[in-house]
Amino acid sequence: MEKYDAIIIGAGHNGLTNAAFLAKAGLDVVVLEKNNYVGGATASLELYEGWKYSNCSYVCSLFRPEIYQALDLGRHGLEVVPLQGSVSLMQNGDHFGSYHQSEVRRREIMRHSKRDADAAIRFDADLMKWCRLIRGFLLRTPPDPASFRMRDAMEFAHLLKRFYSLTESQIYEFIRFFTMSIAEYLEQYFESDIILAHFSGGSIIGTGLGVYSPGTAYVLLHHAMGDVDGNVGSWGFARGGMGSVSQAIASSFQSFGGKIRTNAEVQQIAVKGRKATGVVLASGEEVSAKVVVSNLDAKRTFLNVMDANDVPDDLLHRAKNFKIRGSSGKVNIALDGMPEFPAIPSGSPLTLGHMHFTDSLERLERAFDDWKDDRWSADPYVDMVIPTQYDPTMSPPGKHMMSVFVQYCPAEVEGGWTDAKRDAFGATVIDQIADYSPNFKDLILHAEIRTPRELEAEVGLTEGNIFQGELTLDQLMFNRPFPGYAQYRGPVKNMYMCSSSNHPGGGVMGAPGANSAREILLDLGKTDTTPEDFGDD
Amino acid sequence: MSKQAIDLTPQPNFRQVLQPTPFHQRMVEHCPIQNWMSWNGYQTPRVCDQLASEYFAIRSTCSVMDLTPMEKYRIIGPDAVKFLNRLVTRDISGLKPGRVTYVIWCNDEGKVLDDGTLFHLEQGDYRLCAQHHQLDWLLLSSLGMDVSIEEETHNIAALSVQGPTSFSVLSAAGLQGLDTLKPFGICQSVLHGFDVTISRTGFTGDLGYELWVDPSNGLALWDAIFMLKDNGLFDIRTIGLSALEMVRIEAGFIMPGDDFNTAESTIRADHDRSPYELGLGWLVDFDKPYFTGKRALIHEYSQPIARRLVKLQVEGNKPPADSFLYDGKGGRRIGTIKSHSWSPILKTNVCMADIEYRNGLPPGEIWAEIYYQKELEWRATWAKCSVSEKPFWVHPRRLATPPQAF
Repeated sequence: MEKYDAIIIGAGHNGLTNAAFLAKAGLDVVVLEKNNYVGGATASLELYEGWKYSNCSYVCSLFRPEIYQALDLGRHGLEVVPLQGSVSLMQNGDHFGSYHQSEVRRREIMRHSKRDADAAIRFDADLMKWCRLIRGFLLRTPPDPASFRMRDAMEFAHLLKRFYSLTESQIYEFIRFFTMSIAEYLEQYFESDIILAHFSGGSIIGTGLGVYSPGTAYVLLHHAMGDVDGNVGSWGFARGGMGSVSQAIASSFQSFGGKIRTNAEVQQIAVKGRKATGVVLASGEEVSAKVVVSNLDAKRTFLNVMDANDVPDDLLHRAKNFKIRGSSGKVNIALDGMPEFPAIPSGSPLTLGHMHFTDSLERLERAFDDWKDDRWSADPYVDMVIPTQYDPTMSPPGKHMMSVFVQYCPAEVEGGWTDAKRDAFGATVIDQIADYSPNFKDLILHAEIRTPRELEAEVGLTEGNIFQGELTLDQLMFNRPFPGYAQYRGPVKNMYMCSSSNHPGGGVMGAPGANSAREILLDLGKTDTTPEDFGDD
Repeated sequence: MSKQAIDLTPQPNFRQVLQPTPFHQRMVEHCPIQNWMSWNGYQTPRVCDQLASEYFAIRSTCSVMDLTPMEKYRIIGPDAVKFLNRLVTRDISGLKPGRVTYVIWCNDEGKVLDDGTLFHLEQGDYRLCAQHHQLDWLLLSSLGMDVSIEEETHNIAALSVQGPTSFSVLSAAGLQGLDTLKPFGICQSVLHGFDVTISRTGFTGDLGYELWVDPSNGLALWDAIFMLKDNGLFDIRTIGLSALEMVRIEAGFIMPGDDFNTAESTIRADHDRSPYELGLGWLVDFDKPYFTGKRALIHEYSQPIARRLVKLQVEGNKPPADSFLYDGKGGRRIGTIKSHSWSPILKTNVCMADIEYRNGLPPGEIWAEIYYQKELEWRATWAKCSVSEKPFWVHPRRLATPPQAF
């Protein structure tokens, strides 16, 4: 029987990050992955010869630069190139272009509303206030507010101190912010339908909520609090696709002597005397370790790979009720050339960024209505990018790869998902794009269509939820995944969690993996190899 | 999907990031070094030709600056006075038509959003000139009032003509009414058949005027002025924002966004500033009816002042760029230099500095720690500083009516 200091279940980017920091501290670490590739939802696979897709996650902003630096990911092959701007194409033939040049962007907002151009300054500053506050907590373990341990009290005091560094009016606003819908929040600033729609998109991504649902304002923050080289709110492309992120972490991990086993699905965490002792693989093989870390989402961790007898009732109950509703799909397309978008001026940089085709809050809410009725949105919100305009490694020259994130797509449809329904979902998305790009359909060489069914079956995300649990206040900070379990320690000794089900959540941050490693190393009395937050002040 | 043909307003030209002003094609001829920068999105010279000669054009002869990018708002309506008096901190109800005044406005916390000049053009018809974009705030502040607020930055072409010979130059160019126009006054003139609004205003602490025309007449106005130079009568030079920066510090004018964070764009608590903290308490009038920020300012007025933006003269000749300031040489750190210039006319460093007060009192002796470079080698030195309550430099000719010939 193989024996290790630590086993990490799942070679997603958080599992690899966790493993790398443990290996860096001198532990003998193995990562066990059920698939024949590493990366989980942070993968680049070649499904059509000559093309690589970012199969799940597709852009990078939240990944902590502190982790990047500490694991030397640049030398292990990672490059994150900032993408430029974004655009929403409108049904009336017009568009709103959020140009990367702030002067042009301002004039473009003015074209839709002079007032909104000035309100954008207030909006940006306000959002930055919340970003600054929350960024400071990403690489920290949340305090347990009900605990009287010194460390929790100190950490909670730190949290309160940060909170009270806001002015009185900012404190009021911040509390409101967490409970508001994105529509209500944005309507405090903007009047133009297209501006409202454009800025609200980030608030529903990956979320089983609509633009008028309370709590969606925070999701916008979750998408805005990252940065590319200090440009807070910017997103970037990982050269070679998001698989490069996990490949680089894997390479760093291996440089510290770590071992990765693919095709090694964990069936159960072995527990003896209320202590985790190792795992049992689907093959029946047993692997033992001093520490077992689950990078699976909270439902899979506590309901699938742990024996119910090893899990306290309250935790089982919470795991069953964990909000991890699937709401997104993904369409990845190999293209024979660059699609044309006649609404955008010729030679415009607007195709270089995020592209959307939804021009009002009402259409966004209608898209959500379909999801509530267990249908994919007939008129979905898409976040579409064509990274091969920058990236020479993902398609042959002159050819392109398109990544289309689709909101909403339910985990269950009436009568259950079938391949035919999956393809019909793909056709809905392709039709929407084709409405704005006459030559688009003719360019399609291959498409990978992923509904929550495929995301769950192939990647292992319960219900296909991209954040491994929704980002609502009841499931954030010391509530993530559950009250009392937010410090990465499981219900039995020597068992830990490091997935995005844990603070600070999903979005390819690496932070849950690093934070969890810090707690494990603390418990083992090892040197802490995880990085401290760089700090914004 | 319906694809109706609609009338799309012109889309911004993404290939031309900075917008040209109506004077652009003339300005280009005066800018051989092509040192451009953005001023509110407009292509503006930082330096046209040579900084020193541009500075001395302002102080010694006649300078011309393209003022078009300054944010301009037209405020008209029965409630215009009521609205403006609620917006700004000083009482503007006595501002007569044909007069201009300097104003600041605050948010509800009494922190300054921006400063600007308010022009009472005709009875009930005002123009507010601002440093930063204010339309959102002006509209928010006008709730429930019968007033129309239009942003008109691009609809008015403006030139600032400043310097000792500015009166002579503009009179020779054919503008009338200048001999009786007092500081902060407005008059109308006709030049070659088009209307010119003239205000005796500026940002230089010297004699000077600002000229306001319809953009279609911009080039004709420009040509009427520069013809005098071409004819050999006067030296007239275009200036960029760097020369303006020198003279505005000499004249003691503050620059929102440079000398302090404007409240709307401030992220960190305590990084915005109140009128008192900017030394602009004289602009706050508690005797008039409620204005935005009044409650907070009344409270602040009762407390010892915590910090001040001061005009600071720094001894020696080393540039105190971004310098830390200390209470006594090597003492407690009390602040930083926000903006600075070498004053060619005073032969000293003049600065705007943000310093902490203790118990409402300024520090005893202020010293600056200056890092400077000689041939790529960095050196450090200390320089003694003195606070100036008055502008570093103003010339009496600024106020004389009728103005002198030079």
